[in-house]
Amino acid sequence: MESKRRDILKAGSGAGMLALAAAAGLLKPREAFAQQWNKAAFESKSVAATLKALGGSGSTESAQIQITAPDIAENGAVVPITIESGIPKTQAIAILIEKNPNTLSADFDIPEGTDPFITTRVKMAETSNIYAVVMADGKYFHTVKEIKVTLGGCGG
Amino acid sequence: MADPMRIRANMAGDKVEVRVLMSHEMETGQRKDAKGALVPAHFIQNVTVTHAGKTVLSAQWGTSISKNPFMHFRFKGGKPGEKVIIGWVDNRGERRTDEAVIGGG
Repeated sequence: MESKRRDILKAGSGAGMLALAAAAGLLKPREAFAQQWNKAAFESKSVAATLKALGGSGSTESAQIQITAPDIAENGAVVPITIESGIPKTQAIAILIEKNPNTLSADFDIPEGTDPFITTRVKMAETSNIYAVVMADGKYFHTVKEIKVTLGGCGG
Repeated sequence: MADPMRIRANMAGDKVEVRVLMSHEMETGQRKDAKGALVPAHFIQNVTVTHAGKTVLSAQWGTSISKNPFMHFRFKGGKPGEKVIIGWVDNRGERRTDEAVIGGG
């Protein structure tokens, strides 16, 4: 009994310390959770739900984000996508594929000093809109591009 | 243990241009094998790139990143001869870290 209470006391003060450290700005939230995986966001099944799970309440369409990708992808298993953001203070770039079983494909954190530019290759189940979502200065922006897929890259 | 990554890091003006090709199945968990059984998901979830002790890029990935993932990006502050270290962790907790030396332009 005694020892149990001590454990609780210890646990309590530990959590308190963490909160204090966070409050004091010693731990920035994004750094503290750098190795974490945003399960809710990756399991989302729509663009709106994904945006919400990423922490955005809404997003503004922006012409300053460029998606470079083929108009027609013959093989949905390998679709090259480049996203470049011209928005100052870009902090993160996410790739969302509207008609995939799970919408979110990737979320890149862009620290200061790294170009707001990323190229990768994604899988697409079928012809779909691709959303490039950029978080800049705490706000969300996006642009959309449709990619037609001849042969799906999931299941098969 | 997964095969090593292939990393190319070269100066492009005042920036370091990094290209990396990882070796990973990136199994979606939606595919069925020849017997009709679902192949369990197996994919990279976290990628971190560091240079001189500072994170220059970190990413969270879902299952829809292509098999043998490729990534291309640029960062400032690197010099030829310095190292770029790239690490990933997948959903089974397997991990791999590789490094490359920055080459001249």
